[in-house]
Amino acid sequence: MKLFRNILNGVKPHFEKGGKLEKLYPAYDAFETFLFVPDHTSHSGAHMRDAIDLKRTMFTVVLALIPALIFGMWNTGYQHFLALGVTEPDCIESLIYGATKVLPMIAVSYGVGLGIEFAFAISRGHSVNEGYLVTGLLIPMIMPADLPLWMLAVAVVFAVVIGKEVFGGTGMNILNPALTARAFLFFAYPTMMSGDKVWISLGGEQAVDGFSGATPLANAIEGGVNAIPSIMESFIGIIPGSIAETSGVAILIGAALLLITGIASWRVMIGMFLGGYAMGLIFNGFADSADNLYMAVPAIHQIVMGGFLFGMVFMATDPVSAAQTNKGKWIYGFLTGLLAILIRVVNPAYPEGVMMAILFMNVMAPLVDHYVVAANINRRMKRVKTA
Amino acid sequence: MAEKKEALFSKKNRKLMTDPLDGANPISIQVLGICSALAITVQIEQAFVMSVSVLAVMMFGNVIVSAMRNLIPSRIRIIVQLVVVAALVILVNELLKAFMPDVSEKLSVFVGLIITNCIIMGRLEAFALGNKIWPSLLDGFGNAIGYAWILVAVAFFREVLGSGKIWGFQIIPESFYELGYMNNNMMILPPMALITVALIIWAQRTRNKDLIEEN
Repeated sequence: MKLFRNILNGVKPHFEKGGKLEKLYPAYDAFETFLFVPDHTSHSGAHMRDAIDLKRTMFTVVLALIPALIFGMWNTGYQHFLALGVTEPDCIESLIYGATKVLPMIAVSYGVGLGIEFAFAISRGHSVNEGYLVTGLLIPMIMPADLPLWMLAVAVVFAVVIGKEVFGGTGMNILNPALTARAFLFFAYPTMMSGDKVWISLGGEQAVDGFSGATPLANAIEGGVNAIPSIMESFIGIIPGSIAETSGVAILIGAALLLITGIASWRVMIGMFLGGYAMGLIFNGFADSADNLYMAVPAIHQIVMGGFLFGMVFMATDPVSAAQTNKGKWIYGFLTGLLAILIRVVNPAYPEGVMMAILFMNVMAPLVDHYVVAANINRRMKRVKTA
Repeated sequence: MAEKKEALFSKKNRKLMTDPLDGANPISIQVLGICSALAITVQIEQAFVMSVSVLAVMMFGNVIVSAMRNLIPSRIRIIVQLVVVAALVILVNELLKAFMPDVSEKLSVFVGLIITNCIIMGRLEAFALGNKIWPSLLDGFGNAIGYAWILVAVAFFREVLGSGKIWGFQIIPESFYELGYMNNNMMILPPMALITVALIIWAQRTRNKDLIEEN
């Protein structure tokens, strides 16, 4: 650590006012605050300062993502060897294969995204925000493993510039940037983002005959509950899917960390769970009279399938794009869950409704907040009148 | 007392034509005529034909309404304007059908919908009703060109990135596709037209700081 401190102190004069590289101060600041807790103090009055600032918050989220990421890497390799006909793939080999697929994606995502962030920070003269540390890791985690890297780069550019910087950068975006990237790819290159060919990394080799790479979501549309892995299999997550979204166990470990540290909102998570569960039950009620087999899938099964848990823990809870009021968080979460299952079951063109549902509710979140605040004002006004 | 005759292309008249190209652009500054910018900018050819149609309707409409400006009772002026524009649009539509049936088919209802293009009604109301014929003609021309360049620019990006073509000719070589390049399907969808227009507005305002509103 001392080494870093010395290096930073050595170059600091160049970046301060009057130095040669004055314009690049935001870039310097980003590195300094990344390595060391900043020693800013307030100049007037008393302000409580917590040891946890934005960088520490983001780092906790990154930590919470690690279990799902490691599992995702391993699962990518495991599915790859299964598809090639290996019956008992080696654990280490699978992990290594997965890492060769996933790590370049993470590198591209961080490289491109942080490049844009730094460029904007320098041109606007504000400090580089840490928001991208999480977004940059989330983006590769919700993509299919065989996605070409250039597509990933294009999606990152779109998500960071259109999804975030045009609104004013971190903290101002109305949409979750990681999901914006995914939605962009979903519409821009549908052949790479849907269907039953893309979810398993083949690495250019031929899959064995009769092997189907369809995700449970696609199978459920075709054959309902009989065609998909059991609840337990879906929960553990050794199934095809986007890189890190398959395993409920790994995601819930991350969720526990987020909830214990108080970083993610439990209201959103529980709200979304209840919403999804309620919609699942409603569909179950109508399952007999409809010929949509998907409706008969048990509610709890709906929730462990696909990206629902991942979206619930890491996407919907994004503190910027979610609702801000406590009541609003319940409503926002509940409606997100409701819509996710609704889109999934009713519209086979969008097998993963979670992405659409969260983006849609991101847009609606300010409206939800508005009515929550208005209702509160009304309630208190009434109290004044009766008193 | 004869007024001093103004030169045909005096500074004031030239301004009528050049303002709408940038500082008073009907699409990027006034944000009018957005619907057509979404609907017919998938290919440059359509955007171009649409632009020419709007140019014709706008210039003739401005001239006709300007010529009648002292005869039209103010109460029914909107209806009169509508009749003029509708007549012109029908003429344009018939001409397109007769001489360019393919394009006409692709543009389908959007030629007819020129009548609802806010830019045209806007210019009639705001300019032609209160100005002489010659300035009105120039104003119509300027605004139509201002509309056209945005349309063609948006269509250019959408066609190149969305289908790899310019004016229907393949410009992205086959070898790119073999290397794994793919057309961006999103560019063909209407939302990208809005986003492209927004990016043009962004670039324009970065270049010309006067356009940024205070707030």
